[in-house]
Amino acid sequence: MNELYELTTKQKKSRRRRSIAIALVLVSLVVLFYVATIIKFGPAILARPL
Amino acid sequence: MAITGEHESLTGAEIGLSEADPRDYFELLKPRVMSLVVFTAFVGLIMAPGSIHPFFGAVAILCIAVGAGASGALNMWYDADIDAIMSRTSRRPIPDGRVTRSEALIFGLVLSAFSVMTLGLLVNWVASALLAFTIFFYAVVYTMWLKRSTPQNIVIGGAAGAFPPMIGWASVTGSISWDSVVLFLIIFLWTPPHFWALALFKQSDYGNAGVPMMPNVAGVRSTQKQILAYALVTAIVGVLPYFMGFAGLAYGLLAAGLGVGFVWYAIQVYRMDADDKLMKPAKAMFAYSLIYLFGLFAMLLIDSALTRFGVWA
Repeated sequence: MNELYELTTKQKKSRRRRSIAIALVLVSLVVLFYVATIIKFGPAILARPL
Repeated sequence: MAITGEHESLTGAEIGLSEADPRDYFELLKPRVMSLVVFTAFVGLIMAPGSIHPFFGAVAILCIAVGAGASGALNMWYDADIDAIMSRTSRRPIPDGRVTRSEALIFGLVLSAFSVMTLGLLVNWVASALLAFTIFFYAVVYTMWLKRSTPQNIVIGGAAGAFPPMIGWASVTGSISWDSVVLFLIIFLWTPPHFWALALFKQSDYGNAGVPMMPNVAGVRSTQKQILAYALVTAIVGVLPYFMGFAGLAYGLLAAGLGVGFVWYAIQVYRMDADDKLMKPAKAMFAYSLIYLFGLFAMLLIDSALTRFGVWA
């Protein structure tokens, strides 16, 4: 049987900070492409067949 | 604590449990190099004829910065072995044990792909292709091929650092012009004297790491001559924007003045004794070279902005 490895406090903290950083980057990308789409297409983005 | 199986015992570090902080990853992007890239790309973007929506201008600069950072991470991935030997680079995240090589490689590849694709999708594909070529040139042509094989490494490899103003320019125009080629040439020609000045006073470092920098291969005397030759050509090309008509008289005068200073520092290096242990003239040349390039591009930016807002004709 293998013994499970328990993360040290430092490893847990750094993993949490990395996760937050990745989340922030992903949210920024979503906002970036959302704003870019609005600017590129303008109000015409709503003028589409539903 | 360790993971124990029937035949082995591994520590957390051995199975790759990371303690890397986001700051360590940010350090992989070579932030100081990135700041110069951002600045020169911004100047290229502002100087280019035509206009770009400020949002997409900011996106272009962001992509160029991230692309440059990605190539820095790929460079640190490949060069981790020699970085560990040189005093200047031994505290980088990989030799310092904060980030593993594979983490740096994946980080660099992902950022490269995102920066190139985003620039292409949101700005234009000419700028995107130039950025992709720049990353390839720095990571593959310079880092993997030239750096360890020829003393001309930074002469040819310097092209990678010279592309950003062209990418900024192409972000606006979607093309390459002679004006943007001159911006490229200024940085391209400036790179050898800048790095050889550093290589002179870090000679033993490069020697220990087996990197064939010019002073280690051709000798100090030959490097001093080449620094002077490149400084002369750089100073001449530095004033070309004025004579080609895309920068004003104020820029021309400043570029000429700073160019004289650049050559003067190169002469001091030329006159330096080859056995000089302190190498003060080389250190001064290295510091001045940064001021020179920053001064030139700052003046191009001011000149272009004032002309655009009608302050100068």
